[in-house]
Amino acid sequence: MKKLRSKPKIKKESISMPKQKPEVRKKNFKEVALGYTEGQAIAEAERCLQCPKPQCVEGCPVEIDIPAFIRLLLERKFDEAIEKIKEKNSLPAICGRVCPQEEQCQQHCVMGKAGDPINIGRLERFAADYEMKRKAGTHSKQATNGKKIAVIGGGPAGLTAAADLAKLGYKVVIFEALHKLGGVLVYGIPEFRLPKKIVAAEVDYVKKLGVDVKPNALIGRLFTIPELLNNGFDAVFIGTGAGLPRFLRLPGENFGGIYSANEFLIRVNLMKSYAFPSYDTPIRIGNEVAVIGAGNVAMDSARSALRLGAEKVSIVYRRSKEEMPARAEEIENAEEEGIIFRLLTNPTRFLGDEKGWVKQMECLQMQLGEPDESGRRRPIPIKNSEFFIDIDTAIIAVGRTPNPIIQRTTRGLETTKWGTIVVNEISMETGLKGVYAGGDIVTGEATVISAMGAGKRAARAIHEYLHRKIRAC
Amino acid sequence: MHKIIATKELAPKIKLFQVHAPNIAAKAKPGQFIILILDEKGERIPLTIAGFDDKKGTLSFAFNEVGKTTKQLGCYKEGDNISSIVGPLGNPSEIRKFGHVLCVGGGVMIAPLCLQIRALREAGNKITAVLGARKEDLLIFEQEVKRISNEFYVATDDGSKGFEGLDFLKTLVRTKKFQRVVVMGPVVTMKAVSEITKQYNIPTIVTLTPIMVDGMGMCGVCRVTVANETRFACIDGPEFEGHQVDFEELVNRQRMFLPEERTSSLLWEHLEGACHEKA
Repeated sequence: MKKLRSKPKIKKESISMPKQKPEVRKKNFKEVALGYTEGQAIAEAERCLQCPKPQCVEGCPVEIDIPAFIRLLLERKFDEAIEKIKEKNSLPAICGRVCPQEEQCQQHCVMGKAGDPINIGRLERFAADYEMKRKAGTHSKQATNGKKIAVIGGGPAGLTAAADLAKLGYKVVIFEALHKLGGVLVYGIPEFRLPKKIVAAEVDYVKKLGVDVKPNALIGRLFTIPELLNNGFDAVFIGTGAGLPRFLRLPGENFGGIYSANEFLIRVNLMKSYAFPSYDTPIRIGNEVAVIGAGNVAMDSARSALRLGAEKVSIVYRRSKEEMPARAEEIENAEEEGIIFRLLTNPTRFLGDEKGWVKQMECLQMQLGEPDESGRRRPIPIKNSEFFIDIDTAIIAVGRTPNPIIQRTTRGLETTKWGTIVVNEISMETGLKGVYAGGDIVTGEATVISAMGAGKRAARAIHEYLHRKIRAC
Repeated sequence: MHKIIATKELAPKIKLFQVHAPNIAAKAKPGQFIILILDEKGERIPLTIAGFDDKKGTLSFAFNEVGKTTKQLGCYKEGDNISSIVGPLGNPSEIRKFGHVLCVGGGVMIAPLCLQIRALREAGNKITAVLGARKEDLLIFEQEVKRISNEFYVATDDGSKGFEGLDFLKTLVRTKKFQRVVVMGPVVTMKAVSEITKQYNIPTIVTLTPIMVDGMGMCGVCRVTVANETRFACIDGPEFEGHQVDFEELVNRQRMFLPEERTSSLLWEHLEGACHEKA
C-alpha cells in the first residue's frame, strides 16, 4: 500500500521569465521581459502556499488580495483572477511590470525564507496581459451619486484616485498638463520596460469607468483650484508628481549635449524621438555617453542611449554598487546589455568645445566613509585624484523635485522647503477645505506603486469627506 | 482640437493665426506663451501669445516659417485644426506705470510686443517704440504699433527703411530718460540693446525663446544663465533682466539641434512637397 503523503514537494525556485537576449534587445525598443506563458504562470501559482494569514498582502501598498487571485489563476479562472486584482488595483499591467515587488509583497512571502518568494509581479502581469489579449473590457459606467471630483495630474496617483472614485459613483474629471495621459508612465519609463500601448489600455480602462479626461490642461494657469471648486467640483485631488529635473550645479552643465534625464526620456518616450525624423522631435546621441546617477531613471536613460546607437555608455556613480538605488533587476539588465559602471566616481565639472558642446567631464575618485543620514556610507573624495573622461553626451539622472506650478498659483496651499505639499497624514487633506494631495507631490520622488497607494487612500478620504458633507446637510 | 479662425500673411514667411481656444483666451496675459502640437507625430513648439479675445474665445500668435513645424503650420488654412494647444504658459509681463518706456521689437516678436505696448499704454506709460527687421518688406505690425505709441522709429539691418542698424539707439537712450526698456526679438537685438542700456542702468526686460519641450518645468532644455544662476525660461521666465543674461550661452543652446532641424525641414519639403495636401 502506498504511504500517505501530506502534500507534494513544492519547488523552492521560482519560474524564470523569458527575456529578449541582450545582444538583440540592446538594438531595439521592444519590451525586454516577455511575460509568463500560461503553463509558466500555472507552475508559479502552484508554488503559493495559500497562507491563511497572508503576509504578502501587508506588503502591498494597494492591498490586493494576492492569495485569492493566485488561487483563481491556479483554477484557470483567469477572468476572475484579473477581476480580483482590479477590485484594488486599476493598473495591474503596469504594476506587474514596474513595481519593486522584491521590496513589497514578495519580501514578505513565506516561501522566500527557504527559497525564492512567489513571483507575484509576474503573475499579476500574466493576468493583466491575458485580459488585454482577449480584449475583455469593462462596460462603460455612469456616475450615480451626483458629486463631481477634479483630479489634477494623469499619472499613477491621479489615475488610481480617479478610478476608485468613479467606482464609488462619482463623476471624475482628470486634468492633465501634457497632451497624453499617464504621467511618468508615458514620459519617463521607456517603451522597452513598459510598452506605451499597455499604458494606453490601462488609461482606456479608467475612461471606461466613466472618468472624463482633459489633456493639455495646466491647472494653476488654465484654471485655478478655487475656480474648480467654484465651478461645480465638490473636491479636488492634486497628484502632480515630481517632474522637475535636479541638476548637479557644476560648471559647464549648460553645454550642449548635456540633458537632464527628464529631457532625454521625454524626448525619447513621450515624443518618440527614437523614430525621428518620422516623428518630429529630435534627439542627438553621441558615441560616448555618461549617465550621472544610479537609480532606475539612470538605468532607463543608459539603456535608452544604447538603443539609440551610442557606442559606449557608462553609469557614473559616486558610491559603490551596493548603494545603487536602482532595482537589482534593472542593474542586471543594464550589465547584460553592456553598460559600463564607473563607480566611486564623482563629476566636478564639464568642459566644452568652441561651439559650446560638451567634450570632457572632470571627475574625482571617491572612497566610502561612515554612514550618512540616509544610512548609506558617505562618499569622500580622494585628494588629487582628478581625472578626465572624454564624452560627447551626458545625462543627469540625480533625482527630480516636485512640480511647482500649483503651489505657486494657489493661495493658502502650505508647502515644505522641498516644495512638496503639506497634507494631514491620515486624511490626506491639504490646508484648503476639500483639496487633497498625494503621490510624489507630497512625498517627493518615490515609486509608481506608492503614488497609486496614495491615490487610493485619497479617494477613500474624499469619499468620507463628501459623505460627511452630505449627511451634514 | 483647435480650429483656425483666421490666417494672415504679415510679410513673406511670417504669418498671424487666430485660433479657437476659449479657455486659454480667458486667462492669457501679455508676455505669456502657448505650446502647440500639429498632429500625432508632431513636436511641441512654443509661440508667444500675440492677442486674445475673451468674448470671441480666440487666441492669436505669429510665426516665422523657418523649421519643419512652422512650415507645415504655414500651409494650414482657415477651418483646419491644430491637434493640441496648451497654455497660457510662463509668467505674464509686469504691467504697471513706469513712466517713459522704450519698447524695441524685432522680426516676428513684434506681434507679441504690440500686445504688451497696448497694455503698458493703458497702464499710463509713455511709449517710444522701435521696430526692426532685416529689410523693409519683412517689417510687420508697423501701422498698429505706430498708432499706439507716442514716438515711433524704424530700423532695418540693410537700411532699406528707417535707420540702418540699432546704433541710433545709443543717442536715443542717452538723450531721453527712459524708466524701463522692453525688448522682444532675436537674441542679437536683445543683446545689443541690453549692452546699450547697461551703461545707463535702465532696467531692460528681454523675452527669451530658447528651445522648449514640455514648457512647464519638466525637461530643463530651456535653461538659461541669469545672474550666474541656472533658470528655466518656461517657468521662471520667459522675461528676464537683460543685463544679467548670458546671451552667448543662449545662442549656443538655441543651435543645439540645428542639424536635425535642417534634416526634418528638408525632408518635409521634399517628401510632402510643401503644402500640396492642404492646397
